[in-house]
Amino acid sequence: MLGNTTLFEFLGSGRLVAGHRPWPRYLLDERAWRELINQLAVSDWTLLGLWADGSEVHAAFRDEDTADIAVASLATQDRRFPSLAGVRPSAIRLERAIHDLFGLFADGSADTRPWLDHGRWPISAPLAIVRGIPSRAPVVYPFLPVEGESLHQIPVGPVHAGVIEPGHFRFTCAGETVVRLEERLGYAHKGIEGLMAGKTLAEGARLAGRISGDSTVAYAIAFARAAEAATATELPPRIHWVRALLAELERVANHILDLGAICNDAAFSFMLAQSTVLREKVLRANELCFGHRLLMDKVIPGGVTADVTREGASILRGLVKELRKRVRRMGVLYDDMPSLQDRTVGTGVVQASLAHRFGAGGFVGRAASQGGDARKVPGYPPYDDLDFEIPVHPEGDVNARIWVRIEEIQASLGLIEQILEKMPGGPLTKPIPTRGGEGMALVEGFRGDILLWLRLSEVGRVVRCHPRDPSWFQWPLLEAAIEGNIVADFPLCNKSFNCSYSGVDL
Amino acid sequence: MMAFLFGIFHTWLVLVAAPLITGIVRLTKARLQGRQGASPLQPYRDLWRLLQKESVIAETASWLFRIAPYLVFVAVWLAATIMPTFTTDMILTPAADLIALVALLGTARFFTALAGLDAGTAFGGLGSSREMFVASIGEPAMLMVIFSLSLLTHTTSPANMIAYVLSGHIGIEVSAGLALASMVMVAIAENGRIPIDNPTTHLELTMIHEAMVLEYSGRHLALLEAAAMVRLLLFMTIISSLFFPWGIAFVDAGPGEVLLGLLAWFAKVSVLAMVLGFCESLVAKMRVFQIADFLGGALLLALLATIFLYVSEAV
Repeated sequence: MLGNTTLFEFLGSGRLVAGHRPWPRYLLDERAWRELINQLAVSDWTLLGLWADGSEVHAAFRDEDTADIAVASLATQDRRFPSLAGVRPSAIRLERAIHDLFGLFADGSADTRPWLDHGRWPISAPLAIVRGIPSRAPVVYPFLPVEGESLHQIPVGPVHAGVIEPGHFRFTCAGETVVRLEERLGYAHKGIEGLMAGKTLAEGARLAGRISGDSTVAYAIAFARAAEAATATELPPRIHWVRALLAELERVANHILDLGAICNDAAFSFMLAQSTVLREKVLRANELCFGHRLLMDKVIPGGVTADVTREGASILRGLVKELRKRVRRMGVLYDDMPSLQDRTVGTGVVQASLAHRFGAGGFVGRAASQGGDARKVPGYPPYDDLDFEIPVHPEGDVNARIWVRIEEIQASLGLIEQILEKMPGGPLTKPIPTRGGEGMALVEGFRGDILLWLRLSEVGRVVRCHPRDPSWFQWPLLEAAIEGNIVADFPLCNKSFNCSYSGVDL
Repeated sequence: MMAFLFGIFHTWLVLVAAPLITGIVRLTKARLQGRQGASPLQPYRDLWRLLQKESVIAETASWLFRIAPYLVFVAVWLAATIMPTFTTDMILTPAADLIALVALLGTARFFTALAGLDAGTAFGGLGSSREMFVASIGEPAMLMVIFSLSLLTHTTSPANMIAYVLSGHIGIEVSAGLALASMVMVAIAENGRIPIDNPTTHLELTMIHEAMVLEYSGRHLALLEAAAMVRLLLFMTIISSLFFPWGIAFVDAGPGEVLLGLLAWFAKVSVLAMVLGFCESLVAKMRVFQIADFLGGALLLALLATIFLYVSEAV
């Protein structure tokens, strides 16, 4: 069976599950799941997500040769399933999260420590079918051991000196050099997956828009697209165009702020002052055109709640023109600062092979030769009608991640112009039929591809919703990127990754 | 009698003026970044606010942690009294020289570093180790600058140095220029300014001075902050009074000359504060290990200043 098999050929041996859109889902038995693990060892199939649903586990893959996407499912026996972590290290944390939330145990994983459950929940495995296993008492979390002479540990967080999200970083250092960094997250756990169950589509969309606040548009689009896929709803074209416009505005605002924030971590605050002003211009234009600075709740299942008026379009055209000039100037300023480049070039290098193994998207992947972008592959409307480039750099360092952002801002500004020019007319909403089904969506947020999987009941309520933030596959790379760097460069690397805490803590 | 009064006035002057100078640096930076910025009086309000607050002390901290802020503050303040600002006619001026000044600053640094280690937190240790790393090259560099200036002016007393410079015995000296460059570099490092350290950062892992005082709060923190402000003013005064002493009043000066000295000093340190704010807006912070290169450069410049002195004498 091993060899040149495509994803579809391989999964075809399983049972095709009806009503899963737009990509097929196959139910495998345990033997086939084990074969899948063997096949993964020799195939270039990227793990897109791994989540549980009752006593089932689902794994989404993308075949990098054929660009096919499919979901493989396994009904677990005795709450155990064979682990994918041996062949896909990106599965490690996802499997730990599955264990904490659903009580399903990944057999054969090298890391079986808890992830989201810090021993402070009233119950353990809150989403399992049979709950009521008493939660373990708060225990000392066993960090990975590091041995050697003159090594010392620096614990950082979860509460930081700045107003940022909570996360614990355990550094083991030899002098100033980092020997190992281990992240411990989960402090921002809000029970999103539990809250989603039983919600109507409207309530679910609101909640999805709050999973990670800076990506509210991308998450709302992901939820809406998954809901539309599950109910097989075809939308009038204008909706897609308005959504894309909102998504690109969000991307531009976030990238601009990142640009200044990274430079500020090298104590060059001029860039931050500049970028805050530019971001504010985007947010004010958002407020003027759509009625919300961060564009929350503008995308709903079956449509959008805001339209682009003629005045709005001219405001946005003016904004694009100004941003294009000023972002270019910021790029020149950055390029002309040897003291800044000295900090960013060669710092926090992510190997391209590692980025590929983890399927890292967004600026983290693109700065390490990975060209993946959900707007191109698998692609979704209206991006097939638009002309844009995905910037890719090979170096993998902080500098490359800055340049990917600068180029992406310019690409997004180009997209906004094209969208304003070509946008078709038509209605802005379409009622979603009340019916059951399973839907999945891949949407490109500013950090990378967001996967959202949804199962709806016959009365149109959410049964199970799993959002997979791009940061799941970027956080582990940060641990690798900092190795051999000095402790004082960590904030710079961390800011250049700008991973979401809230998005992965769920 | 005047020397006594001037001495007392000078002692309080450096303390009262220090927060204003820090405020001017911050305001300059804010304006250059296109921000409105806080009033230059904000540091006074910050200190007042900290003094009102409760001082929280770590359970693991010893008596050293409590007394360190007072020792540091007194040492820095005392060092500041040595360096003449508006007049050389002060009661304490003959009592101490620049080497005593370096020793006092070294004492302050020593206790800050000990206090950083005392609470046993990782950041304090990190800050103390970095601070000692900076000091190991910074202090010799500063002493070297002082040696070359002493050789040039045949004295280690600041008042006599100023008198010598103003007497016109030295014209444009290569040595003085090199010593000035070295002094500026040392001053940047000693005060933890960009590109060595960033006094406004919230990133614990990148801090040097701030990491050592991270555990402090309330009046203890106020004292340490005030000490940092006085130290910044002290270094600006060293640069302005030793290298640009024009306007300073001497013994038996009339009230007009004293007033002129006061205005001249304030104008000089204000300009230096703005220059500092301007320069800090132009560069990013350097990597921790490059501080050695930076201060090594300062040490070398100071050494060159001394060598050139002998070379020019020989010629």
